[in-house]
Amino acid sequence: MENVMSRVFLTLCALLLCTVVWASARYPFDHPAQQAQFQALLHDLRCPVCQNQDLADSHAELAADLRGEVYRMVLAHQSDQEIIQHLTERYGDFIVFKPPVKLLTSVLWLGPALLLLIGLGIFAMTCIRRVHHD
Amino acid sequence: MKIIRLLPVLIFCVLVTFFWYGLALDPQKIPTPKIGQLLPNFDLPMLLGGSSQRFTPDLLRNHRSVLVVWASWCDACREEQAFLLTLAQQKGIKLYGINYKDDPAKAQQWLVDWGNPYQAIGLDSKGKMALDLGVYGTPETYLLDRQGKILHRYAGSLTAEVWRREFLTLLM
Amino acid sequence: MMAELGVYALVWALLFSLLLVLVPVWGIYTKNATWMNAATTYVTGQLIFIGLAYGCLCGCFLQNDFTVVYVLANSSLHLPWFYKLCAVWGGHEGSMLLWVLILAFWTSAVAWASPHLDRDIRVRVLVVLGALSAGFIVFILMTSNPFVRQFVLTQTEGRDLNPLLQDIGFLFHPPMLYMGYVGFAVAFAFAIAVLWLGRLETKWAKSLRPWTMAAWCCLTLGITLGSWWAYRELGWGGWWFWDPVENASFMPWLVGTALIHALILVEKRNQFVAWTLLLAITGFSLSLVGTFLVRSGVLTSVHAFAVDPLRGLYILMFLGVVIGGSLLLFAWRAQTVVQHRLPDWVSRESAMLLNNIFLVVMMLTVLLGTVYPLVIDGLGLGKLSVGAPYFNQVFTALSTPLLLLMAFGLHVNWQRDSFLGVLRKLGWVFGLGLLCPLLCLVSVHYPLYPMTCLGAVLATWVMFSTLEKVRQRLLLSKTAKKINGAFLGMVIAHFGFSVTALGIIISNSYGIEDDLKMTPGEHTLFAGYDIQFLQEASIRGPNYHGTRSSFLITQGQHQATIYPEKRIYDVGKMPMTESAIDVNPVRDIYIAMGEPLDATAWSIRLYYKPFVRWIWAGGLMMFIGGCFGLSDRRFYRKEAA
Repeated sequence: MENVMSRVFLTLCALLLCTVVWASARYPFDHPAQQAQFQALLHDLRCPVCQNQDLADSHAELAADLRGEVYRMVLAHQSDQEIIQHLTERYGDFIVFKPPVKLLTSVLWLGPALLLLIGLGIFAMTCIRRVHHD
Repeated sequence: MKIIRLLPVLIFCVLVTFFWYGLALDPQKIPTPKIGQLLPNFDLPMLLGGSSQRFTPDLLRNHRSVLVVWASWCDACREEQAFLLTLAQQKGIKLYGINYKDDPAKAQQWLVDWGNPYQAIGLDSKGKMALDLGVYGTPETYLLDRQGKILHRYAGSLTAEVWRREFLTLLM
Repeated sequence: MMAELGVYALVWALLFSLLLVLVPVWGIYTKNATWMNAATTYVTGQLIFIGLAYGCLCGCFLQNDFTVVYVLANSSLHLPWFYKLCAVWGGHEGSMLLWVLILAFWTSAVAWASPHLDRDIRVRVLVVLGALSAGFIVFILMTSNPFVRQFVLTQTEGRDLNPLLQDIGFLFHPPMLYMGYVGFAVAFAFAIAVLWLGRLETKWAKSLRPWTMAAWCCLTLGITLGSWWAYRELGWGGWWFWDPVENASFMPWLVGTALIHALILVEKRNQFVAWTLLLAITGFSLSLVGTFLVRSGVLTSVHAFAVDPLRGLYILMFLGVVIGGSLLLFAWRAQTVVQHRLPDWVSRESAMLLNNIFLVVMMLTVLLGTVYPLVIDGLGLGKLSVGAPYFNQVFTALSTPLLLLMAFGLHVNWQRDSFLGVLRKLGWVFGLGLLCPLLCLVSVHYPLYPMTCLGAVLATWVMFSTLEKVRQRLLLSKTAKKINGAFLGMVIAHFGFSVTALGIIISNSYGIEDDLKMTPGEHTLFAGYDIQFLQEASIRGPNYHGTRSSFLITQGQHQATIYPEKRIYDVGKMPMTESAIDVNPVRDIYIAMGEPLDATAWSIRLYYKPFVRWIWAGGLMMFIGGCFGLSDRRFYRKEAA
C-alpha cells in the first residue's frame, strides 16, 4: 500500500515540475568550468565592428558569429591559448583586449612597475635628505 | 636640477608628435594578419550556374585575382559596383565574389539590377568562410597573386583612387 | 534671427576676452592700477555675451528651428522639451559652447568671489582664463559654429537626439563633468600666475584649495553620474569600460586628488611648492588632452563626436601652445624654495607624498594604456588593443598598496611619528577590520578568493580607520580642535573612497551573468532567485515603439516585478534596450532584453551584481565630503596681517 502511495506521490511531483517550464541557456555547457571559460573569453575579446564593446555585450552580427565560434571551440575542450590564437590568426592582435606579453608590449606591461619604482625611489631620496640636513 | 624640470615638456612633446601622426591614421581599420598567406581552404556552392561546380581556391589560381566580399543588403557595395564593372573589363585581372550571409534569390536579383563583374561567385550563407578569412565588414576586397597568396586587403568601397593608391603598385 | 544673434553675441564675447587679456597685461607692465582693475568689467561682459549666445542656441532648439544645422542634427519635433535643452550639448558644437560658458562662469566666480586674494595674483589669473576663453571662442567661430544655417530641408522633423542620450542621466552628467574639467583651469591659471609673478610664497596655496576642491567635487559627481548612467542605460551591466574618454576624465580626477593633498602640504608646511605647481598645470592639461581625444578621431571611443581632422589639428595646436608654453614656463621659473623642514620617514607629510606618488603613477599608467595603441600604430608596428583586462589588472595592483597607505596615513602625526605608535593606535581597527569582512563573506557562503579577501580587508581597514579618527576627535577636550567642516569633509571623503573600493571588489568578484533564451511563461533559477518571464506587450512612446516585458523575481518572501523594454526609435530606427533593475542596498538584479530569437522567444541577459550601488554611494559620499570641506569658514576669513 505504501509503495503505491509513494509512487503516486512521486509521479504527481514529476507532473507538477513539468508544468513549470524552464528557460534554456543560449550557450549550454555540461561543466560549469567550461561556462566560466566561455564567459571569461568573451570579455577578453574585442568586437571588430562595435569596437568599444567586448564579444559578450556586442549586438553586432559578426559578434554573434564569433561567439558561436568560441562556443564551438570551448565545447571541443580547446584551451584559452588555442582559441585566442585561432582568432588572432584571422583578425590580428586587435581582437584581444589584453595585449599579449611580447617585446612590443614590454613597455606597456613593465611601465607601471617601473614608474612606481622610480616614484618610491624619489620618496626615499627625499626622506634621506632630511637625515643629512640634520 | 634644471634637466629634471625639462622632463615634463619633453614627455609632452613626444605625446604631441604621436597625436599629430594620429590625426592621419584611422583607428577603426583593422589590418589583416593574412598578408603573404595562402587563401584558407574552402568549398562553397556557386551562386549562379549549375550545382555541379563548386567555388574553391583552385578557381582563383594561375592568374591574378581580386576577391570581393559583398551582399545585397549592403549599401556600400552598390557604391563600388560602377568601378568594379570597369575593373572587370581590364585584361589580366579576374574578379571573383563571395556572397556573404545573403538570400540567394535576393543576391541574384541584385546582380541583375547592379551588374555582375564576377567570373564566379561563392555562396557563404553562414559566413563561416568569411570568418576564416578575417572579414569584419562588407564590402572587402582581396588582391591575390597566381599562387593564391593574399597580397592586400581593403575594407570599404573600392574606388579608382583607392585602387591606384593601394593595389596598382602591388601589381607591378 | 536668433541664430544670427547668437553669432554676434559670440563675437562680442571674443572681444571681451581679448580685452580681458590685453588691457590688464598693459596695466601690469605700466603698473597702472585702473587698467588692472578693468579685468573685472571685461569678465562680466564676457559672461553676459556667452550667456546670451548659449541662450540663443537653447531658443533655437525650443523653437524647433531646423534651419540651424546643429538643431536639425540633434533634435526632432517630438522630442520632449527637457531633452531638447539637453540636446544643446548633445553634439560637438553645442558642447564646446557649454564648455566656454562654464569657463566664463568660473572666471566670473574668481573675479567676484575672491576678495582676499592678492590683487597681483588675481589679475594674472583672470588674464590666463581670458586667454583660454579667447582661444576656445576662436575655435568655435572658425571650425565649430553651432549657428550655421541651411535652407534646403524645410519640411523636416529633425534627425532626433541619439536615443542613448534620451535619459535623465544625460541631464546631469555632461554639465557636472564640464564644471569639473573646466574648473581645473582655475588651478592652472593660479599656477601660471604664481610662476609669472615670480613670488612663490605660500599664501596662494590656501586661496587655491577651495577652487580646486570645488572643481574636484564637480568632477567626482560627474564621473559617478556617468558611471551610474552607463550602467542603467547601455544594457550590459557594465559601469566602467576604460574607454579613452572615460580615462580622459579619470586622469584629471587622479591629479586633482593629488593636488588637493599637495596644496595642504604647501599651505601647512611650505613644502613641495614646485611639485604642486606642476600638478596644477598637469590637471588642466589632461582636461585639454581629453578634449582633443574626444573630438579629433585619433582614438576609437563610444563618446567620440563626429570626427573632423581640421578640428583635431586646431585643438592640437592650441594644446601645444597652452601646455607646452606652461610647462616651459615651469621649467624656467620654478625655483626650489629652500625647504628647511623635510619630512621624516614616518610622518603625515611623507604619507601625503606617497599618496601623490601613487596617484601620479596611476595617472601615468592610464595615460600609457590609452595612448599605447596610437603609439604602436604611429610607429607602423601594427594595431593592438589595450582594454579592460589590462587596466583592471594594473589598477588592482596599484590600488592595493594605496588602500593600505590610506588606512595608516590618516593617523600619522605631522613632522614625526613612529610606525609602532600608529599600529598601537589602530590596534582594534586592524583586528576588527580583518575579522568583519571575512565573517560576512563566510556567512553568505561566498567563496574566499585570496585577492578578494585582501581587497575587502584593506577597504574595511580604511573604513574603520576613518571611524577611529572621528572617535578620537570626539574624545578630545573642548579646548582642543572640534569637528569642523574641513575635518568632517576629510572623514566623509575618505570613507566614501573605501565604500567605492569595497563595492568594486565585491561586485567584480561575486557578480554572475547569464545569457538565456526565454519565452513568456518560462522560469529560470539564477543566483538563488526564481525569475519568471511573465509576458510581453507592444508599447508606444512619444518618439519610439517597441516591446515591454515583465519579469517576476522571487526568493522566499521577497517578490518583485520589473519591466525591461526593447525600443525602436522612429527617426533613427535604432534598436535600444531599456534594462530593468531590482534594487536593494546589497545587490542588484539586472535584466536586459536582447534580440527576438523567433516568434515568441527572446534572448534575455541576466546579471546579479552584489554591492554595485556602493560604488556610486561612495562617489556621492566623496562629493558630499568635498562640499563639507568647502563649507569650512577658514577659507573665507580674512587672514590676520
